[in-house]
Amino acid sequence: MTPSADLAVVGAGPAGLAAAVTAADRGLRVVLLDAGERPGGQIHRHAAGQAHPPSLHGRRHFAPRARRLAAHRRAGRVTHLPAHHVWTVVPHDGADGAWALHAVAGPDEAPATVHARTVLLATGAYERHLPFPGWTLPGVVGAGGAQALLKSGLVLPGRRVVVAGSGPLLLAVAGSLAAAGARVPAVVEAADYTAYASGLPTLLRNPGKLAEAALHGGTLLRHAARLLTRHAVTAAHGTTRVEAVTVTRLDRDWRPVPGTSRRVPCDALAVGHGLVPQLELATGLGCATRRTPDDTPALVVDADQATTVPGVWAAGETGGVGGADLALTEGEIAADAIAHALRGTPRDPRRTAALTRRRARLRAFADTMAAAHRPGPGWTGWLDDTTEVCRCEEVTAGRVREAVADLGAHDARTVKLLTRAGMGWCQGRMCGQAVARLAGEPPAPDRRPLSCPVPLGHLAAPPTTDPTDRGARA
Amino acid sequence: MTPHRFTFDGTPLTAVPGQTLAAALWAAGITSWRTTRHRRAPRGAFCFIGTCHDCLATVNGRPNQRACLLPVRPGDTVTTQEGTGHDPVR
Repeated sequence: MTPSADLAVVGAGPAGLAAAVTAADRGLRVVLLDAGERPGGQIHRHAAGQAHPPSLHGRRHFAPRARRLAAHRRAGRVTHLPAHHVWTVVPHDGADGAWALHAVAGPDEAPATVHARTVLLATGAYERHLPFPGWTLPGVVGAGGAQALLKSGLVLPGRRVVVAGSGPLLLAVAGSLAAAGARVPAVVEAADYTAYASGLPTLLRNPGKLAEAALHGGTLLRHAARLLTRHAVTAAHGTTRVEAVTVTRLDRDWRPVPGTSRRVPCDALAVGHGLVPQLELATGLGCATRRTPDDTPALVVDADQATTVPGVWAAGETGGVGGADLALTEGEIAADAIAHALRGTPRDPRRTAALTRRRARLRAFADTMAAAHRPGPGWTGWLDDTTEVCRCEEVTAGRVREAVADLGAHDARTVKLLTRAGMGWCQGRMCGQAVARLAGEPPAPDRRPLSCPVPLGHLAAPPTTDPTDRGARA
Repeated sequence: MTPHRFTFDGTPLTAVPGQTLAAALWAAGITSWRTTRHRRAPRGAFCFIGTCHDCLATVNGRPNQRACLLPVRPGDTVTTQEGTGHDPVR
């Protein structure tokens, strides 16, 4: 019979990796499921053919945990299931655990099921996008996507790349692109960095974060990139590929200021408006959500990182976007708490106090940033009626506005039923934020019964094979 | 390491082992490999992390493969995906 796992961790980014190795240190049997081929998540990417992510953060924080993971795997304490995309987590009535996690595995999309006594959701975040005319042109890529293409694919998105949107990621992306040899004519930030001034005490308690910002700023200066705050790319131009963008000044509410537009030639645009937590597994289980200072849904967690559903914990971006250091801290807190809950493993009060203080400091910093980069309501002013809002179903802003103004839709769900916006392959991940705002409501928490495409056969015949069984024999 | 050889719409190309199809196509200067269902507009990769599904390609005859996640395998035959990928072969 398959030995049941004490803990199933979903996601092998900083939070999941830290939680998995810490829980195994405490003697728990852990299964680590991850959509990626290698641990590290979206931040610690391996270049094609390279053993380790090259970043400083990667060397300092990822590499030692990756080594601990390898040791735990050899000792049989952790079963790592890469290329396993968990599509749902459901209660399981059996001796081998309280939860069943169903996944599609590998390029052949094979079914896989894992049973565990507890679950830790470390599913991370994806990029928030606000549409603008021309954003569907080839050569317009997500800011995080540009980073991914460069870090793991070793390819620049273009030779002359405008970086635009909002959030601290833009500076990091622009710095990487410039360091790799791209020309970055402008970094276009919709927010105003003076918005950080209101959070000054928080900033001063986070000198490491300020040093990070200074480092990115320094890289940009060396490469002569221009940082334009309170500006946005309000259109991309081209026929088969982006050839130029229109950059426009914004007012405090992100409304384009007439007569301030200029055209900037480029062959790629990297654009993103911050990150949103990936929550569908959690909301599927009934975990309660809250709103972060930038109006984004995130999970409610207690001091131990437990969600409102007993037996389910969460760490990292799922509880509110806050970066890798916060994710590592939360992963360790959660692992200690789960070991204590399952086995009564005593917790070192000094370690707990230190982790808790660190979490509070980093969370406060994240909240300051979220408030500064919260999208202003005026961004809809750069949409024209022909702008595609839903990329998958090719639904225009005009059709969404018609659904709201003429057909009485007041929420994203009704807009979806009337227009198909959000009904395509991405399940509203790209357009959901924009459609909700066009419908006049703040974006609702993700609700997707299936977190990724699943072959119909898996649904017709619930899978029974347990890959941990295979892992134990291998 | 020897590069992997593959073809895109009949053109021979190479990929660094471990490189995704989207990265390999982009490196060759190809930024679109799908046309949309309604407007037949060109699309390539947008999010590069498997979320947006813009980068769907037909690989070895199997449509709707996410090029940004799929590592290139030696000998892969990749073709531009038209519409749903299930349209009758013309």
